[in-house]
Amino acid sequence: MDSLVKKYNMPDKHGHFEEFGGKYVPETLIPALDELEQEYFKSKKDKNFQKEFFNLLKYYGGRPTPLYLAKNISGELGFNVWLKREDLNHTGAHKINNALGQILLARKMGKKRIIAETGAGQHGVATAAAAAKFGLECIVYMGEEDIERQKLNVFKINLMGAKVIPVTSGSKTLKDATNEAIRDWVTNVEDTFYIIGSSVGPHPYPMLVRDFQSVIGTETKKQFKDITNNELPDRLVACVGGGSNALGLFYPFIDDDVKIVGVEAAGKGIDTNQHAATLTKGEFGVLHGAASMLLQSNDGQIALPYSLSAGLDYPGIGPEHSYLQKTKRVEYSSATDNEALEAFKWLSEKEGIIPALETAHAVAYLKNKNNNIKKNEHVILNLSGRGDKDINTIAKELGIEL
Amino acid sequence: MNRIKQLFSNDSKKLIVFITAGFPEKDSTKDLVLEAIKGGADMIEIGIPFSDPQADGPVIQEANEIALKNGITLLEIFEQVKDIRRQTHVPIALMGYYNPILKMGTMDFIKKCNDAEIDGVILPDLPLDESVEFCNNLKDKNISPILLVAPNTAEKRIKKISKLAGDLIYAVSILGITGNDLSSKNNLENYLAKVKENSETPFMVGFGISSNDDVEWFNSFSNGAVVGSAVIKKVLKDRKKGVVENFVKSLKK
Ligand SMILES: Cc1ncc(COP(=O)(O)O)c(C=O)c1O
Repeated sequence: MDSLVKKYNMPDKHGHFEEFGGKYVPETLIPALDELEQEYFKSKKDKNFQKEFFNLLKYYGGRPTPLYLAKNISGELGFNVWLKREDLNHTGAHKINNALGQILLARKMGKKRIIAETGAGQHGVATAAAAAKFGLECIVYMGEEDIERQKLNVFKINLMGAKVIPVTSGSKTLKDATNEAIRDWVTNVEDTFYIIGSSVGPHPYPMLVRDFQSVIGTETKKQFKDITNNELPDRLVACVGGGSNALGLFYPFIDDDVKIVGVEAAGKGIDTNQHAATLTKGEFGVLHGAASMLLQSNDGQIALPYSLSAGLDYPGIGPEHSYLQKTKRVEYSSATDNEALEAFKWLSEKEGIIPALETAHAVAYLKNKNNNIKKNEHVILNLSGRGDKDINTIAKELGIEL
Repeated sequence: MNRIKQLFSNDSKKLIVFITAGFPEKDSTKDLVLEAIKGGADMIEIGIPFSDPQADGPVIQEANEIALKNGITLLEIFEQVKDIRRQTHVPIALMGYYNPILKMGTMDFIKKCNDAEIDGVILPDLPLDESVEFCNNLKDKNISPILLVAPNTAEKRIKKISKLAGDLIYAVSILGITGNDLSSKNNLENYLAKVKENSETPFMVGFGISSNDDVEWFNSFSNGAVVGSAVIKKVLKDRKKGVVENFVKSLKK
């Protein structure tokens, strides 16, 4: 290895990814964030903590997840598609990796009350499960519109003893649920731990969520080498909402000679005003505690995003993705509702794997005419979650009554 | 001298009244501000409406939503303040969130504050660590950055914050958001004593202050009290002329 090549080393000690990231929060949260940061760095070095986390992921979460060569679609496409099966995790998505990591921190910090925001409900379900396991009180904020779209997950959250609080302000989706969670945290900061569901929010969250999720990429790297005897794949692909499943896969490959692509939700098209393609169409701004790219009006009001998939329906994006876009280390593409729906059906029919609607955006990229994927390339796609939660939405789109 | 510095240069207790711009009608700002001053407000905070006001409770959230529905913009708020300035010398601070200011451009924003004779700026989501350059740029134009401290802010940090602020700081009364319940004043005395001991500037207290009793209580521990949600609540209930003036009078008594 060329020792002159500088290794990727972000964020800096203030939580900045150059102009992105930081801690743009009310003063009340500063001591809580400082405390969390200290606890996190301690845990990172603590072998016992790491072992406890690893064992939880293995015996409770079901890791490692398989890396699976999807031969049928590979044959059709002319290149090798490897699926990292995060859908096989307990609770059905990558979200559990992060929820388990953060709840261990909460326990170490002696916090008795857990709060979370959720869009698709996957993070809510993962957090409710983790809180149930450790016997902690759990409150999940969820936009009224998302409660309607993701009834199954709301029911699951309730079954596990957590409480869903409907959020009726603003657009009644993920952005507003996050506002409400932050307000709760400001008010109850002394006894409450906020488990953020993606690589967003004030420092140290984007960093620690990325690190907890990077088990995905670390496993993938080893599995790919073991199976193929090739050192590295050619390309990585993942969908990007806040960006946690994507960073989880990407981060362990960041210094490697591998092409990396993130796929955003283009809703009804990036040339309409109904999309959630933050990096493709957004501008620099501050929301939910971090500086990043943001969908906003000329007057700096946060724009209402749109995507058929509740987990991508967010006007912001994790600060590290803004940085990776700026430095061109990662390329960002987008897929529309319709492309995602097509991909959803395609993967289900060809491989017998029903992906989450969020994940279907990444799947759609495989068929994107402009992807320039070469014949026989090895492409690894993060299959971030399963589609059970989306069955009602899909049926409605297909005009089928269940 | 900057009007805020001047106001706080004597020992009398100040009453600061918060009004959301563009609420309840787009052009209500001036009338409500002048009413508050007539009622006895010593300083005015004008809220810049934002789509995602994280530090605000339901009352100010609602005022923000109404104001944004009315179509108020930051540029129009500057015009409204210029108009208000023609009729009063009471200090005026803008209170808002960082994103609309970033979108305008921080230097452009500061220039416009200067042109509109705005005396101070309060941004609850721009804490010390992220705000050094912005605060210094404000101070270059003789505008006071009014930074916040909270009950859990360490003593050393109160010192640092007040040093950067220079003229005035804002002590948040409780762990919480605007409009919170203040009925229990547990530990408040200790907290306010800590602020007084460590702050290099005068300080006002706000969040949840809603009555003459509250104002008097806080006056004995600080340099002044900010009343926000309680004023907005009155206007939400009754938009008649004089509501704000009478309420502010009752706070002053
Ligand atoms: C299955 C699945 N994939 C992806 C996402 C998007 O989040 P992120 O970008 O943080 O991975 C979600 C969010 O709810 C999800 O449920």
